[in-house]
Amino acid sequence: MAEPLLDVRNLKIGATVYPPGEPPEDITIVHGVSFTLEKGKVLGLIGESGAGKSTIGLSSMAFGRGGVRITGGEVFVNGRDILKLDHGGLRKLRGDEVTYVAQSAAASFNPAKTLMEQVIETCLLHGLCDRAEAEKRAVTFFRKLGLPNPETFGNRYPHQVSGGQLQRAMTAMALCPKPDLVVFDEPTTALDVTTQIDVLAAIKEAIRDTGVAALYITHDLAVVAQVADHIMVLRHGKKVEYGTTKQIIEDPHEDYTKALVSVRSIEHEEKRPTPAPVLKIENVTARYRGTNFDVLKNISVDLHPGQTLAVVGESGSGKSTLARVITGLLPPSAGRITFAGRELSREQTARKRDDLRELQMIYQMADVAMNPRHTVGTIIGRPLEFYFGLKGDAKKKRIQELLDEIEMGKGFIDRYPAELSGGQKQRVCIARALAAKPKMIICDEVTSALDPLVADGILKLLLNLQKIEHVAYLFITHDLATVKAIADSIAVMYRGQVVRYGSKSDVLAPPFDDYTDLLLSSVPEMRLGWLEEVIAHRKMESAGN
Amino acid sequence: MHPLLKLVIQRLALGFLLLLVVSAVIFLGVEALPGDTAQAILGQSATPQALANLREQMGLNDPPLTRYFDWLGGVMTGDLGKSLTNGADIAQAIGQRLGNTLFLAACAAVISVPLALILGLIAARYAGKWPDKVISAITLTTISLPEFVAAYFVIYLLTQVIPLFQPVAMVFPGMSFGAKLHAVALPVIVLVMVVLAHMMRMTRAAILNVMQSAYIETAELKGVRPMQIIWRHAFPNAIAPIVSVVVLNLAYLVVGVVVVEVVFGYNALGQFLVDHVTKRDLPVVQAVGLVFAGVYIMLNILADVIAIFANPRLRHPK
Amino acid sequence: MKLTLSATIGICLTALFVLSAIFAPWIAPYPLDLAVGGVWEDPSSQYWLGTDTIGRDILSRLIYGGQITIFVALASSLLAFSLGAFFGFLAAVKGGWTDQILSRIVDMMMAIPSLIVALVILSVLPLNLTVLIFVMGILDSTRVFRLARAVAMDIAVMDYVEAAKLRGEGQGWVIFREILPNALSPLVAEFGLRFIFAVLFISTLSFLGLGIQPPLADWGGMVKENKDGLIYGKAAALMPAAAIAALAISVNLVADWVLGRTTSLKGGRGG
Repeated sequence: MAEPLLDVRNLKIGATVYPPGEPPEDITIVHGVSFTLEKGKVLGLIGESGAGKSTIGLSSMAFGRGGVRITGGEVFVNGRDILKLDHGGLRKLRGDEVTYVAQSAAASFNPAKTLMEQVIETCLLHGLCDRAEAEKRAVTFFRKLGLPNPETFGNRYPHQVSGGQLQRAMTAMALCPKPDLVVFDEPTTALDVTTQIDVLAAIKEAIRDTGVAALYITHDLAVVAQVADHIMVLRHGKKVEYGTTKQIIEDPHEDYTKALVSVRSIEHEEKRPTPAPVLKIENVTARYRGTNFDVLKNISVDLHPGQTLAVVGESGSGKSTLARVITGLLPPSAGRITFAGRELSREQTARKRDDLRELQMIYQMADVAMNPRHTVGTIIGRPLEFYFGLKGDAKKKRIQELLDEIEMGKGFIDRYPAELSGGQKQRVCIARALAAKPKMIICDEVTSALDPLVADGILKLLLNLQKIEHVAYLFITHDLATVKAIADSIAVMYRGQVVRYGSKSDVLAPPFDDYTDLLLSSVPEMRLGWLEEVIAHRKMESAGN
Repeated sequence: MHPLLKLVIQRLALGFLLLLVVSAVIFLGVEALPGDTAQAILGQSATPQALANLREQMGLNDPPLTRYFDWLGGVMTGDLGKSLTNGADIAQAIGQRLGNTLFLAACAAVISVPLALILGLIAARYAGKWPDKVISAITLTTISLPEFVAAYFVIYLLTQVIPLFQPVAMVFPGMSFGAKLHAVALPVIVLVMVVLAHMMRMTRAAILNVMQSAYIETAELKGVRPMQIIWRHAFPNAIAPIVSVVVLNLAYLVVGVVVVEVVFGYNALGQFLVDHVTKRDLPVVQAVGLVFAGVYIMLNILADVIAIFANPRLRHPK
Repeated sequence: MKLTLSATIGICLTALFVLSAIFAPWIAPYPLDLAVGGVWEDPSSQYWLGTDTIGRDILSRLIYGGQITIFVALASSLLAFSLGAFFGFLAAVKGGWTDQILSRIVDMMMAIPSLIVALVILSVLPLNLTVLIFVMGILDSTRVFRLARAVAMDIAVMDYVEAAKLRGEGQGWVIFREILPNALSPLVAEFGLRFIFAVLFISTLSFLGLGIQPPLADWGGMVKENKDGLIYGKAAALMPAAAIAALAISVNLVADWVLGRTTSLKGGRGG
């Protein structure tokens, strides 16, 4: 067998953490991981946050980010142990042989230099080729990656191009020195789903055409299934399963992998609309103060008691603004909102206490939705005290009931938010909303910041609570898989308008309007060959037009 | 119009407006405080008749706004009025002393700016290591010293323990440049000490801030040499914060100068101001206060304008 | 978190200064204003730190001077703090016009160096303790205002504050229960820095002859009284100078430690 390009043996990685108010502590992030990568192949590294996937990816460049250091094992690139290289050797490795594409290209480009200068920098500084040749290469890659005006694209500054374009420019920067290996670190995670598919296709084509090998790091199994030859599943810094992409997706062996593959497979039967919606939004239009642009245009949707209305859209579609209008934080400039049969005041401050109580909200970032100086008991207890005047033992008893409902049990009352895990924090926020005995809860991207399995748990909990408490959800999300899992009806938003609205089965069934079609077809599916199918389909359609 | 030019003009206009408001505060605000100029001149024993005469003569009975505009008009044309205590022309007196003050401040700036930048770079390069710790400990000490305390320690050390200099700094017309430099050596050392610490700490923070950016990591992962990372990637983005640090501290010199001049008996604007505050000579105090405020505001505008030019987003709009 | 060495030194020295100021009449060996020896006598077993320009015991004057210096600095920094924090929070929570007006006033006050403003004002007002405390306190409140406003603004945009508003909580709960507990640590550290600034400010004014007036004595004034001795090699002026430096440095050490200890907003009873 030929010598592998990358050979990682029993890699151990540690870090020193500095918890505030306590002495520094050494922790282990990666516990002895081994794998190899052949020339020209793509290995997907997948796992939840804290799995150590980025850390392992960067170790192939002998780089530790922010206090992270490699404490044991060997990393061979092209047959030599890069952990033994001196500074000069490392600089040649980084840039000549291994290059890197970061999650946030926007932050990774120097704002003070043109894109071209940064793309060809390695070639020039390492003396790989002259400026003319380097610029020619860069333009070729710009064209291959589908960037607009490839000849002049490089003259622009990073702030002058869009996020998707920057991500492609960073790929061009990584490919320009013709390396043997590119580390892609969540390159499409920060992008909208309709942008992600284009970037993904561009990256895949570039990898295939240049024959470069790649480590593709992501938390999204459906994405990595489109580009990788092999997949390694990681959890808590250990290898869970390694196999071909086909085997991992179609025949996972380990329970953890099975759970990842079958994530978002919640079955939810759609409920029929009722004659009396709990929330009725009619012709609502809104704009932010000091602007002359309507962020919401003529929105009309209904939410029925005990049901879920999913509001889907990409960034900038106005879906979160809709939540602000309903809560009264942004008074609409036109239209009316009826809640539980009575018209709501436009301004939050003018609303009656019962209106406030019956309309609760849960936020995306549970971290900042809870006061770090309050205990869980205070956080859940305050609505009880504020709305129902509960005190002392009665309050304590009710808090415990709520904690039981969110499946957290005893011992949490006196904890502070910082002592809880991400999923637990979101559960406490749910309990705080439930404490008010609401008729309706606005859920603003409540699972977006969570790992898939944790998010699944939260969704199941929400569905369960809906059955018990008969509460309605207005569920704002960009994630169509979530929508399919929990919605009774769906509103698709695009540039401040509702472009499609109806029951779940109607909205998700053809014929589609253009935007919904684009949106639905862009959501990565957990099967091989999906990306090629969509791209081929789209090419055919545009040729047909 | 180029958006850059528009921003700069806006900033200049704002600075001018601020100067105008400050002049109004210096004049009207001080007038509104309890206190009587005529009484201040003639003393407690003055007869009511004498007071009334003087008020009439000085125009003190006019409404304050009228007197403010008279004064402002004078300021615009270079007429700052006459001193209450000795009747000397204020503009002329300021003109003689302003040069000395600027000479002192310029000497301090010429030494402290490059020194602060170099020390700041060293501290940032070795952040957390011993060169950084030593520099930090020293600067923490000098920051805690008021100018005059630092001054007397320096005087004691350099005139008594090691007698190198004279404890007074006299400059007069006709002195050779070299002699002048020797004369202001001690006050300059003190000013440098005080300003250096602030400037160096802020430079260090500005560079460390830039060095934490993701694009510095990108450059590292591209195999760029450390010095080239600082020079090609960190420096262009650190210009704006460093310039504002430098200019802010030059403005800080303005205050330091007042005290240091008094300590060394240096015949310039700061001492002139303190003398006339003691004598309660209001027209002089107002005029000199306006000059100091004007210099301070202009330096701040300069910092803002340079920051605008250093920002790539403004230089290359979408 | 444990005390660091520098924090321990800072706390001990600060406590020493404060205690000797409080118990000045009992521990000062000689009265404040009595010439007990010759002019600028060297330190001896009788006069530990020597005597001053007219033969008064320097140690005794240092102890009494500390009383005045610390009192004036404390009073003016408390004033600066209450004014600045109150208006800063108000501007952050109210927003809109209230914020605009307050912020522009502060911008204007900060457009001129404090010392220059103080000199202009003191050329008109009588020089007494009340005037000094008010002038210094009001001028310095601008810095507290900026900090309090910035800190409160950062907290006011947090989702938990929005959640409280959506619940229908009044302004009292929002300010005192949601914002204040999270703003406390940076403000406490800031108080230390303001106090140092006030010590340096009053000392500088007194040194210029525009601060505390005889027969009261403070450290800045003592430097002024004894500065001529330096020319004759008499170090008397350096004693009060060193006291100013030592107080400023020790409070700085404590403030640094408080700031470093509480940069994280994480919860926990200890934090």
